[in-house]
Amino acid sequence: MLLIHCPYCDETLPELEFTYAGEAHIDRPENPSEQSDAEWESFLFLRENVKGPHFERWRHFHGCGRYFNAVRNTITDKFYITYKAGEARPDLSALLEDEK
Amino acid sequence: MSKFRLRGKGRVDASQPVVFTFDGKPYTGVKGDTVASALLSHGVHLMGRSFKYHRPRGAIAAGSEEPNALIGTRRGPGRFEPNTRATVQEIWNGLDASSQNKFPSLKFDVGAVNDAAYMLFSAGFYYKTFMWPRSFWDKVYEPFIRAAAGLGVSPTEEDPDTYASRNLHCDLLIVGAGPTGIAAAREAAGKGLSVVLVDENPEMGGTLLSEPQAHINGKAAWDWLADELAALKEAGVKLMTRTTAIGYYHQNLIGMVEKLTDHLAELPADTPRERMWRVRAKQVLLAQGALEKPLVFHGNDRPGVMLAGSAQTYLNRYGVKVGDSPMVITSHDSAWYAAFDLHDAGARVQAIVDTRASVRENLQAEARNRGIPVKLNHTVTATGGRLRVNNVRINPMDGSRVGHGQWIKCDCLLMSGGWTPSLHLFSHTKGKLTWDDDMTTFLPDQTPEDCVIAGASRGLWGLEAALEDGSAKAREVLAALGTEAEISEYTVANDRPGTGVTMRELPTDRSAGKAKAFVDYQNDVTAKDLRLAVREGMRSIEHVKRYTTNGMATDQGKMSNINGLNIAADALGKRQPEVGLTTFRPPYTPTTFGAFAGYHRGDHFEVTRKTQIDSWAEARGAVFEPVGQWRRARYFPQAGEDMDAAVTRECAATRKSVGIFDASTLGKIEVVGPDAAEFVNRMYTNPFLKLAPGKCRYGLLLGDDGFIRDDGVIARVGEDRFHVTTTTGGAARVLTMMEDYLQTEWPDLNVWLTSTTEQYSTIALNGPNAAKLLQPFVKDFALTEENFPHMSCVDVEVAGYPARLWRVSFTGEIGFEINVAAPHGRDLWEKLWEAGQPYDITPYGTETMHVLRAEKGYIIVGQDTDGTVTPHDAGMSWAVGKKKADFVGMRGLARPDLTDPNRKQLVGLISEDKSKLEEGAQIVFDPKQPIPMTMRGHVTSSYDQGTTGQPIALALVEGGHAKMGETVYIPMEDRTIAAKITGTVFLDPENTRLKI
Ligand SMILES: [Zn+2]
Repeated sequence: MLLIHCPYCDETLPELEFTYAGEAHIDRPENPSEQSDAEWESFLFLRENVKGPHFERWRHFHGCGRYFNAVRNTITDKFYITYKAGEARPDLSALLEDEK
Repeated sequence: MSKFRLRGKGRVDASQPVVFTFDGKPYTGVKGDTVASALLSHGVHLMGRSFKYHRPRGAIAAGSEEPNALIGTRRGPGRFEPNTRATVQEIWNGLDASSQNKFPSLKFDVGAVNDAAYMLFSAGFYYKTFMWPRSFWDKVYEPFIRAAAGLGVSPTEEDPDTYASRNLHCDLLIVGAGPTGIAAAREAAGKGLSVVLVDENPEMGGTLLSEPQAHINGKAAWDWLADELAALKEAGVKLMTRTTAIGYYHQNLIGMVEKLTDHLAELPADTPRERMWRVRAKQVLLAQGALEKPLVFHGNDRPGVMLAGSAQTYLNRYGVKVGDSPMVITSHDSAWYAAFDLHDAGARVQAIVDTRASVRENLQAEARNRGIPVKLNHTVTATGGRLRVNNVRINPMDGSRVGHGQWIKCDCLLMSGGWTPSLHLFSHTKGKLTWDDDMTTFLPDQTPEDCVIAGASRGLWGLEAALEDGSAKAREVLAALGTEAEISEYTVANDRPGTGVTMRELPTDRSAGKAKAFVDYQNDVTAKDLRLAVREGMRSIEHVKRYTTNGMATDQGKMSNINGLNIAADALGKRQPEVGLTTFRPPYTPTTFGAFAGYHRGDHFEVTRKTQIDSWAEARGAVFEPVGQWRRARYFPQAGEDMDAAVTRECAATRKSVGIFDASTLGKIEVVGPDAAEFVNRMYTNPFLKLAPGKCRYGLLLGDDGFIRDDGVIARVGEDRFHVTTTTGGAARVLTMMEDYLQTEWPDLNVWLTSTTEQYSTIALNGPNAAKLLQPFVKDFALTEENFPHMSCVDVEVAGYPARLWRVSFTGEIGFEINVAAPHGRDLWEKLWEAGQPYDITPYGTETMHVLRAEKGYIIVGQDTDGTVTPHDAGMSWAVGKKKADFVGMRGLARPDLTDPNRKQLVGLISEDKSKLEEGAQIVFDPKQPIPMTMRGHVTSSYDQGTTGQPIALALVEGGHAKMGETVYIPMEDRTIAAKITGTVFLDPENTRLKI
């Protein structure tokens, strides 16, 4: 079972308290009606399916209830970082450098 | 004293006899025995039959790695467990043990005919044999496979035992209490750290229990052991025996199963049978030791053939001589010591046969001193004896040539192919392994976890090396924990370090194609099977494994994986690491379902949510159904009524006068804030900005893909406050979806969402007399058409309780929903019930609710929709705001596929013969077309208990909205039913009944 750091509670807690919520940094377009079919398809369905570091969303469901973002390695399940929703995508190469 | 028990030897208590039965026959062992050691003390080696060929088998090992000696154990009704390893099960007075895979008896088994027909059962047998003809499947193949499949017999009664589970947090967990683990614990003890030392055996010591000859730092091994364990206990180390670390999970979470009662004659009160420990350790030190490898030769599975190290364990730990005239076949030094110990205990060792041309001189000298014949550079090519080995054929080797064989008599054959480091838990961590050519084995490399591995499990051999490594690795771990330790010195006298070589199948002068040289004993996989798999095109060990089933039995290849890999690699002409090692997966040893389930069984498996009114329904004899986690009253049968009769009566009574319904389970979400209206307006298809406080509106919730997710009535109870209802099963999903959009898409909206499902009891009154019944309870508020029209809400007092009173209807009748603080629900219900008697008030359940709403064409999300239905498909375009700039799903609805006029659309169906259609039945347009017919839709709801005088149905039909009045067909098993497509409203299309 993973231990996950909630950036809102600032606590590291068991995975059981959290739910996974798909890929991160996929913004719902400001004005959906102006989207082409291809653009809307991309927003709705197309995902990276990364092998390796993955930007993804989690929710501290049985805690503060907040959605937040994380970078997790899909091979090792290691979390590199978690950060609040709305914050910029962290620099991946810097994170991987810290790893070493 | 049994024949093979040695007085004064071993750690068992010979003064305490223990009587148990094996296959109905009583045997006497002593306290401390396992079933295997007790049977061996009587000279009984035959303990089971193999799974595929039903070959007679004996215990080959002395620990949890045992593949052969699987037994069933019984302790009265419900307490039967199959596939218990006889080498692990401790005996107690009255234990009832039985052998497996035999019919009619262990000594004479009919299934052994499989053995004679073994050519049929070679690698890939299942894939090849059961292919054709198709017609053979049902009558020949499947019954055969089912009869042959499965190890042991399943218990038939419910398990009466309880299973516990606990969490444990510690600084250091040490897995394995052999010399390595104990030395490591000693370093860590007394430093203010929480240290846990765990071992699967009933007592700690590991190898030390089998090596009493050693002296550690001047103390006899067993004295040293006792003193060390006492010191660890004194220092506060948590010592756990009979506890197996079954799996190593992310971030140093280790699952451990503690067996508390399987060794006891009397079950103590209030004690679980097993306890699952979830241990979160800051650091883990793995010291699981090594497992001895069998040698692979023809007849290596005959009872009496066992691992040399295990024979040494039976002798030194249990005081049991496994035979009077043992033979040894080995490629490793360690087996020589087993021969010496048995000789010194009075056995006549027939010969030590070593495949190596040269062996350490001091070993040879010790053999000579004891008068034991030594055969170097020899191989074993066969064993003889029916249910027990009685002679062994050995041949000299000369390069690749195998010379003439000679038979030597013996009553057991002890083998050793060297030792394999136990890397199971290390592998669970996704730790990397490296291949060591010199040792012909995998060794641990890097692991992503905070974990070190020490001792024999990283290839070190001998007590001194193990002790020193345990101490050294513990210092590494302590440094990581911020603690230092001084260096401990270990000097071991009479240590038995050694080396060996790794063999594949032993060379033979006979046809290799006819050899039954077993690699996986439990799944009956031979060396020949592995080579055949390679010849037939398997290239990776993962494929060879699946094709032959090597390593796929309950022992997970503890003995067979490395031998299988060596043979497969040889057949492929590749180095072992290029062929790969199969992945070890938890659990380390077979684990009961009970241990995993823990407390979560029976009533504790899942919570049952009950409303405040549930107890009233129960007292009235309601029949319940689960809806989500809720228990809901389905119908209220009167004497002699079945469901149809009860529902028919409830429907009629509600339409005639008044029905009362517990709607408390409906999901409720309070949406509050300055932007509440904007938020609801964006979430739901319907327009909400201009809905006035005091008004209700139906709401349809879509996903952004345009499909219906949920629905419910939404009341604007204030300028900045909405009371949203959801379906019973959808409450949590809807709140999650709302939170997601609010938090991550529209964080600028000032809105708060609160689940209020359990804060209210909700009572629905429906029927022509609903207003008359309710009016007297409502304080200072007139329930008239003018004052309180349909789809209104008001905060009033009802029966003295503050209430949110709604005028809504899910039946087509005059309807009210009274929301009061949850605890008042039952009291209000009873008051209404009493006052309703003059009106023949009738309680109804979910089934009647379904019928009444279907008559009005109101959908149930999840029944009439299935996640691929749009509002237009459902005939609810009216609920989609036409002038809204955006709402969730609006862009989705414009996707080309969703605007196709030929989509499946919700319609009504009336069968021509007035029969009730089956829900889920498929619909076709042309009943005369050939099979398989083109399916055009299906029935989603169907009832014949309603008030319209005929059975009605709702269905999703391709292009259904343009097919009003047309006939479609529902082919059933016995006939084809014709049905006419109609609108979805079967009753009161003008809604006259809604008026007060
Ligand atoms: Zn949190």
